[in-house]
Amino acid sequence: MILQHTADGILSGAIIGLGAIGLSFTMKILRFANFSHSELLTWGAYFGLIFISVATAMGGFGGTFGPLSFGWPLILALVFAAVATSLLALLLHHLIFERLAKVTGHMTMVFASFGVALLLRNAVLLIFGADPIYYSNTLQFAVKLPGNVRVLPDQVFLLGLTIVVVIALHLFLTRSRTGIAMRATAESPDLARVSGVNVNNVVRWVWVIGASGAAVAGVLYGLTVQLRPELGFALILPLFAAAILGGAGSLYGAVLGGLIVGLSENLSVMIIPTTYKPAVPFLLILAILYFRPQGLFGEKS
Amino acid sequence: MTRRLTASGIVAGYRPDLPILHGVSVHVDAGEVMTIIGPNGAGKSTLIKAIAGLVTVSAGTVEIDGEDRTGTPAHLLAGAGVAYVPQTGNVFTTLTIRENLIVGGAALAKAEALARIDEIFTQYPMLAAKRAEKARVLSGGERQILAIARALLTSPRIILLDEPTAGLSPMAAAELFDLVRGLVADGAAVLMVEQNAKAALKMSDRAYVLAEGENRIDGVASDLLENDEIGRIFLGARPEDVA
Repeated sequence: MILQHTADGILSGAIIGLGAIGLSFTMKILRFANFSHSELLTWGAYFGLIFISVATAMGGFGGTFGPLSFGWPLILALVFAAVATSLLALLLHHLIFERLAKVTGHMTMVFASFGVALLLRNAVLLIFGADPIYYSNTLQFAVKLPGNVRVLPDQVFLLGLTIVVVIALHLFLTRSRTGIAMRATAESPDLARVSGVNVNNVVRWVWVIGASGAAVAGVLYGLTVQLRPELGFALILPLFAAAILGGAGSLYGAVLGGLIVGLSENLSVMIIPTTYKPAVPFLLILAILYFRPQGLFGEKS
Repeated sequence: MTRRLTASGIVAGYRPDLPILHGVSVHVDAGEVMTIIGPNGAGKSTLIKAIAGLVTVSAGTVEIDGEDRTGTPAHLLAGAGVAYVPQTGNVFTTLTIRENLIVGGAALAKAEALARIDEIFTQYPMLAAKRAEKARVLSGGERQILAIARALLTSPRIILLDEPTAGLSPMAAAELFDLVRGLVADGAAVLMVEQNAKAALKMSDRAYVLAEGENRIDGVASDLLENDEIGRIFLGARPEDVA
């Protein structure tokens, strides 16, 4: 039983980690807690749905990949969702957050993000309706692993893709000039500016990376559960818990934070009623803020 | 002598309604070290930040090589040959030494930046030896060298140094002043803000004294060392005592 909960925890933790990367970067580089970030997961999932629906209407292309429930349309939908969600995030940045940042403080940005979250969530409800939707109606059979652990093939794909995304982001942040400039800006925007870094461009990259991660997490989440307008909203607390646990601005912290949150949530049902499961991330936030406010990988300021 | 930097009638501050500088004017020529001294709160650091593009100039002009650059964003000034080394937080402690230099070359093309980094490593073997280490492991003096090396990556014509000897031992401070003299020998212009008035005046060509956000005295540095007025500005002490 414990092995099954551990496996489930790792899988849900991978999605939370992916989604939390962008939130963590936003907190560190843009210096505000963006409560609309979780809605980017929802939009990413629905952008994926749009692509799959269009691809299916056009006759689709190819069948499914082996035991997986999907084929090329979903892979391409991931790319489409990442691009479309990035454009949406850049639009929000340009229309709202960039303007506010010039004239107001961080707390106003936080409150504005609440408003943006409401707007984004209700726009999904208006456009797509409240009914749950599935990417695929293909029935999947769980694979039995040692220890009597059962996982769906799609979940194994999800975990593999998360690892690939994290490695790609690691290489971007440590090998590319833009990634290094991003880390420099996170530490000291003014020093980055006088060094010749165009901080406005770095901020746009933060939105693109954050939104892309959120979109991929949204599509993968939608793959394992059903699509609903509250998909992202339901993850807001786990996402913040993962970002705060890992430490603002830390790629590895966000991923590890996601895994800790996922594992804690899933293992907690062995000792507390399932109805209390959503409280686990909240307790984790309280604990980390008390014992290590800068997070596991964060720098003391 | 080529005039590198002219700041005229600068009014600036961190809030538009609360200026710290009230019409300060300074200039620096190629091949000279110009130092700004003054008591705490005189506006020395604000002036250097205003020239570097980090503080908004609400009145006055900043000319670089005769071209009006008032209000130019800091990252574009870096590309235009202006380098700024702040007093504190002058290196990226979470980045490696090589990554610090890569950031310093942000205004250059990638190939040019990498070639300059190789040159810097040849020039400063200490940095080369620790290239893969995080900057947080460096001592205060080593951090200043890295900060100046990062600023030098773009081969700047104007170098702005904000209290470069703050927190350094007398020996490290002397080595740093030697390094600064070497920079102007290559044709750069250095504008330096210093609390260590005596040592700064000794190694500078010219100096300005600011007080309460205004110009008070300026002239040849060696003459200012003997000027009693400076002693009075520094709370009744002679510049020798101030150091």
